Amino acid sequence: MRVRHFSLALGLTLLAATLLCALAPALVAPYDPLAFDYDALLQPPSAAHPFGTDQFGRDVLSRTIAASTIDLEIAVFATVGPLLIGTLIGLLVGYTGGLPDIVFGRLVDLVVTFPFLVLVIAIVAILGPGLINMYIAISCVGWVFYARLMRAEVRIQSQQDYVAATRVLGFRTPRIVFRHILPNAVRPVLVYLVTDMALAILLGSSLGYLGLGAQPPTAEWGVLIADGKNVFTQAPWVSLFPGVAIVLCGLGFSLTGDGLAELLRIRR
Amino acid sequence: MTRTTWVLGRLLQIIPTLLLIGIAAFLLARALPGNAVLAMLGDRASDATVDRLMHQMGLDQTIAAQFWAYITAIAHGDFGTSTALRLPVLRVIADRLPVTLLLTGMALFIALLLGVPLAFLAALRANRWPDIAIRTVFQIGLSSPIFYLGLILLTVFAGWLRWFPVGGYGDTWPQRLHALFLPALTLALSLAAVIMRSLRASILQVLQAEFVDFATAKGLAPRTVLGRHVLRPAAIAVVTLIGLNVGALLGGAVITESVFAVPGVGRLMIDSIFARDYPVIQGLTLVLAVLVSLAFLATDIVQVALDPRIGPRFGK
Repeated sequence: MRVRHFSLALGLTLLAATLLCALAPALVAPYDPLAFDYDALLQPPSAAHPFGTDQFGRDVLSRTIAASTIDLEIAVFATVGPLLIGTLIGLLVGYTGGLPDIVFGRLVDLVVTFPFLVLVIAIVAILGPGLINMYIAISCVGWVFYARLMRAEVRIQSQQDYVAATRVLGFRTPRIVFRHILPNAVRPVLVYLVTDMALAILLGSSLGYLGLGAQPPTAEWGVLIADGKNVFTQAPWVSLFPGVAIVLCGLGFSLTGDGLAELLRIRR
Repeated sequence: MTRTTWVLGRLLQIIPTLLLIGIAAFLLARALPGNAVLAMLGDRASDATVDRLMHQMGLDQTIAAQFWAYITAIAHGDFGTSTALRLPVLRVIADRLPVTLLLTGMALFIALLLGVPLAFLAALRANRWPDIAIRTVFQIGLSSPIFYLGLILLTVFAGWLRWFPVGGYGDTWPQRLHALFLPALTLALSLAAVIMRSLRASILQVLQAEFVDFATAKGLAPRTVLGRHVLRPAAIAVVTLIGLNVGALLGGAVITESVFAVPGVGRLMIDSIFARDYPVIQGLTLVLAVLVSLAFLATDIVQVALDPRIGPRFGK
């Protein structure tokens, strides 16, 4: 039990650090992330530049801190769409059952047949690269997983006595569904949300690296790593440190998600 | 019901799935109908030229007619023509698919080789240092993006140590296995982590079961108990997990192939996006989805073979 709380605490600490960088990059970063310095090209990590400098003499630490804003934005925007759409649809098909539920089941079977990344990439390909289109593509596919989770939980809750009681009291369906079932069924979905944010950062930085997500010169961790990949052999620090940021932030979300699941006793 | 008829029945179930995949792939390409034509002609094409090409490609017909034309063409093995490479899409894909299959096959093999023994080690030493060390390393691995791991492995083992070629493929089998080792390892790490995590949990659960106590009580050696009574139920968990992760593996191949310049379908996908080669993107999405549904089928069959309690009752 102590180990679990330790990982939850570690996860929350990592998230708090990322959030601080994301909300006030100018306070934390020692340099202007966009300032070129031709006297300090590809400098290895030193006291003046703890993470070194890149091909244009930009401070890698400041760039990594600046990028945290975009990556946290990805963690939120790439999950809020699927969360809202998925919760609503899962709630409705779970409560109604019948034909909508059967259609939904077939749809889930279909979506899981496509490799998630391939489907997202294909949709981005049609809409065109960029952050907004990436959010749309992820929302088009990602809602299914939230809906599936929500549907299962709603089916369990619908059997409970309190739901029968609301019917006996003559409440109207919207009131039963939104006021009574939703608050009781949403907990596993919210825990999944935290874990999904870790996946969203991995996905967002991967698409950024491939040139399909955030577009340069936007500082995003995946884009920063792509910027440094050509000088990786001589100056590994340009790509190495933004990657460490992804790992730490991803760990923050997944440890928090696991810790919350344990704390709230949610089976996965 | 015999095993054979069950397998045949399960095979037939794949037909509606394939049809739905076809509809989805069709809708994907038709989401923005003007796009494919504009992509071929450029933004400055005259309206008349656009109309003529729309007509030539059948895009001015009803959706139903277009869908029927699409499905019949695919049934005849005609996936259209790549606009960038000027070759039949099916040929372009068929040329590169074996590379990706070899890569994912190797990744699967490495993932099992790493994940299964480490899961046993972690489960048998649960909450002691080997367990904690293994879980910590894999937890960090799961939070590392594939392209980042790939870049590090590429630089260290191919760039600095020169143990492996810097990406690409090969003409002979030993060359190919050598060139694909690092990309396969990169792709394998996250699956190994998933396998380790879930297998560890299911071994811990099986170890609690009464039949394991019974096997021990009747005097079987610990090795026999593990090998015969713990491995089999745990193996079912692994098979299920592999089936569920084939899609993730193919998706990961897209990134891995881009990092290591492996000439497979994943790299083809990315190249096609930047070349706005819609027929290839559509064809690839379709082919990969068919591969995943075949993997689901194989998973079901292996599950039934491993655990007769799943699925139908065979025999009389």
